[in-house]
Amino acid sequence: MSSRDPISEPWGTRSPYGRGQQWPARVDHHLAEGLAPEEVDRWVRSATILHSNGDALDIAVKDGRIVGVRGREQDRVNRGRLGPKDLYGWQANHSPDRLTRPLVRRDGVLTETDWDTALDLVASRSRELLDDQGATALGFYTSGQLFLEEYYTLAAIGHGAIGTNHMDGNTRLCTATAAAALKESFGCDGQPGSYNDIDHADVIALYGHNMAETQTVLWSRVLDRLAGPNPPRLLCVDPRPTPVARESTVHLAPRPGTNVALMNALLHELIRNDRIDHTYVEKHTVGYEDLVRRTAEYTPERAAEICGVPARAVREAAELLGSAERLLSTVLQGFYQSNQATAAAVQVNNVHLLRGMLGRPGAGVLQMNGQPTAENTRECGADGDMTGFRNWDNEEHVADLARVWNLDPMRIPHYAPPTHAMQIMRYAEKGSVRFLWVSATNPAVSLPELRRIRKLLSQESLFLVVQDCFMTETAELADVVLPAATWGEKTGTLTNSDRTVHLSEKAVEAPGEARPDLDIFLDYARRMDFRDADGHPFPQWHDAESAFEAWKRAGAGRPCDYSGLTYERLRGADGVQWPCDEERPDGTERLYTDGRFWALPEQCESYGKDLVTGAPLDEREYRAMNPEGRAMLKAVEYVPPHEEPDRDHPFVLITGRTLYHFHTRTKTGRSPELQRAAPEVWVEVSPSDAHEAGLAEGDPVEVSSPRGTIRARARISGISDGVLFVPFHYGYWDSGASEEDGARDRATNEMSISDWDPVSKQPLFKTAAAQLRPLGGGDGRPAPAPTTTASAPVDQRVAPTRGAPDTAEETAGGGPR
Amino acid sequence: MRLAAALRELHRSESTLADELLRVADRHSDEVEVRHVAGDLAYWSREHAHEITGIAPRYGVDPAELEHPEPSEEGQRELPGEGSDADLALLADLRRVYRMSAGVALDWDLLGQGAQVVADAELLAATERCRARAERQMRWARGMLKTVSPQTLAT
Repeated sequence: MSSRDPISEPWGTRSPYGRGQQWPARVDHHLAEGLAPEEVDRWVRSATILHSNGDALDIAVKDGRIVGVRGREQDRVNRGRLGPKDLYGWQANHSPDRLTRPLVRRDGVLTETDWDTALDLVASRSRELLDDQGATALGFYTSGQLFLEEYYTLAAIGHGAIGTNHMDGNTRLCTATAAAALKESFGCDGQPGSYNDIDHADVIALYGHNMAETQTVLWSRVLDRLAGPNPPRLLCVDPRPTPVARESTVHLAPRPGTNVALMNALLHELIRNDRIDHTYVEKHTVGYEDLVRRTAEYTPERAAEICGVPARAVREAAELLGSAERLLSTVLQGFYQSNQATAAAVQVNNVHLLRGMLGRPGAGVLQMNGQPTAENTRECGADGDMTGFRNWDNEEHVADLARVWNLDPMRIPHYAPPTHAMQIMRYAEKGSVRFLWVSATNPAVSLPELRRIRKLLSQESLFLVVQDCFMTETAELADVVLPAATWGEKTGTLTNSDRTVHLSEKAVEAPGEARPDLDIFLDYARRMDFRDADGHPFPQWHDAESAFEAWKRAGAGRPCDYSGLTYERLRGADGVQWPCDEERPDGTERLYTDGRFWALPEQCESYGKDLVTGAPLDEREYRAMNPEGRAMLKAVEYVPPHEEPDRDHPFVLITGRTLYHFHTRTKTGRSPELQRAAPEVWVEVSPSDAHEAGLAEGDPVEVSSPRGTIRARARISGISDGVLFVPFHYGYWDSGASEEDGARDRATNEMSISDWDPVSKQPLFKTAAAQLRPLGGGDGRPAPAPTTTASAPVDQRVAPTRGAPDTAEETAGGGPR
Repeated sequence: MRLAAALRELHRSESTLADELLRVADRHSDEVEVRHVAGDLAYWSREHAHEITGIAPRYGVDPAELEHPEPSEEGQRELPGEGSDADLALLADLRRVYRMSAGVALDWDLLGQGAQVVADAELLAATERCRARAERQMRWARGMLKTVSPQTLAT
């Protein structure tokens, strides 16, 4: 069978197609070495879990073990395609170092125990603190990788039964700005666009979104359009020479932290050239005059000065946007984790509102997610939002949620916005949060300023519960470790960046005593003996399907309406986009097709915030600004980053992902093909900066910020001068550094700054000043960075990143190729 | 004309607010959102004071006499225990910023009235711009107070 090597060809073979045509199917499958498809016992329905794209697949099972995966041909999201992380990541399920028994800390050492002992300890500590201090002592920090049913249950337990305001997800680090920008512009969260817009667009603008690496299958779709008749033109805004930049008609590489100045100049040019759909603006928006006034001073020359991009290129970019008939924009971490995150993302929405480019084929916005189930964290309210996109500041919304839960509304905290992750950590640091339950995330590597995070998580005053499938850097600090089942070992639903809901079914048993996260949360609730207003056990559900049914009641009538879906339906159909209810049984491809938004004062999820200070508006102010519930054009001035390069720290340090890994590599680092493709941390340096520092490809260097230092090999790449990039995946579980020797010089978050966007509260991982110091002793070996991606070397002699041709591709016409 | 006096007073109160915001940023440097946003907002007040310096000569005020404004009397502590309790001090400081920025916003309003009566369109535009920002400073202090107070008061 002729095959492809997914490591060297992450996007696979082209299936060219033209504008308005359906994306051709191509089914990718990969099985464990030596296994033929007919030897597989069962194929079990699921979707991908190592990025936010939501590609549908079947899990191959043999003798009770996962042995491979196959893309689902009919699914709207991927039409059979899979990326490298999907093809190889499942191997982590069988890793010999999975957690299989609960652990409790005894005399300073984590010791194996049984579930009763572990969960009774968690429950009794909870009760003690509730008696002693109340709900303000308890906090929950969850993930973007569990299932909807688990988040909904966690939200009900935390916000409802316990009544703490302190609940967030690591979605705070990846997708909080997407949600915030949607609320600011449209009154409510909810992705306006659809992946299908790629089939129709004539211009695709990618803002800080290296789609080629974060969502390989979606990028295949763009590449297939580029290879077909009447291809779209691309605009790329990114300081790195990403694969997206290479395919773009216009590439702008702004100085990190200056996105708002750039966006204001693009808006300035659209207004100056009257590329405005005045009818749309007049009928469907508020705020136009203010936007015109505020952007007036941002000429392309002004942007050139602030952003370090040529004024001519800004004009070309504006012309691209202005001449588009069907404009699709996507936004991700280059905006979300940068200075003025929400303000910049909102300006992308403004481009679409000004041009009337919403709600029709090819005309849409995709404020992207970073994680597979981030959408669910948001809609279920496990991440600093209220369940069902309700408005915490609207008494009626809170009362409605209390009715759904059958609880007294006073039990649901709504005196302030739900506490965001960095503030929960601050309360833990100061000792007023004394119990923190972390599920499926690894803050000891992924949060900014790690020395501080390790210290606060380790302190005596904090009772730390960690629920995970592996002994992560965070689990090592815990008082109780709860072994969790993962993808493929439990059933639940997940929703991707374009609102597509998939069911992921249990394929195999979890190892040892590991249990599904849902069972753990529900077991805790029963031990705590939570009751609803009628004295019935709360939550009132007992398994995944009953949790899903309960969630449908909580989301009904809100934008994230799942009431037309059942497990039965999801087993029969491929992915369905919410809202899906009686009137829209097949789901909804695009939101806002009629220019009507969820923005009426009675409906909206948020009354909005000041885009510079983050101060919330109240209901009265919102009513005055937007009485008819239109979309809001919100203008904002450029404010410089809080830490800028100086003589001691002359570089801007940004962090990010590589194609082959996910987060802190708990799974991808345990998948041999992925690990080999990007085995160690590196730092990207521009050729002229490398020359000045006397560096050759692969030379060891030290990178420092005012907060910490790491050591890595230098990759000389086409990154902007003055900018350093370090991937954030590399922590310490496989670095050989023991807890005692204290070597903590690998994780880029040793250096990142504790600063966040005041609106979305998303930490700014792409704003830190740093210095670079050659350590000498280069041995001619290149940096361990992939050559296939944005980290491609300028030195052509570096051996290309390669794997093995072990994955079959079948196209509809032909069979395997 | 008493516009000169109003300009002097506003210059003094904006400068005092800028100093106060920087003091708050510094005093609560571990509360990073307070530190960063208060720093940004101090910059606004500096800009406003600068704007007044530009306008002042038209009303017979020598910019040199604005250079070292006397601080206003907002400095005193007001919550018992504030000196030894950092959380309480934060609440007290945010209350103070709220009141000071409210006073500044009101003074810009007042100056706007004066600008209308003397038909100084440029001054009027400045008062509208600066008043809007003073109100945003005020809203920030209020919003931050609302967010951090429950945990402080309950523990």
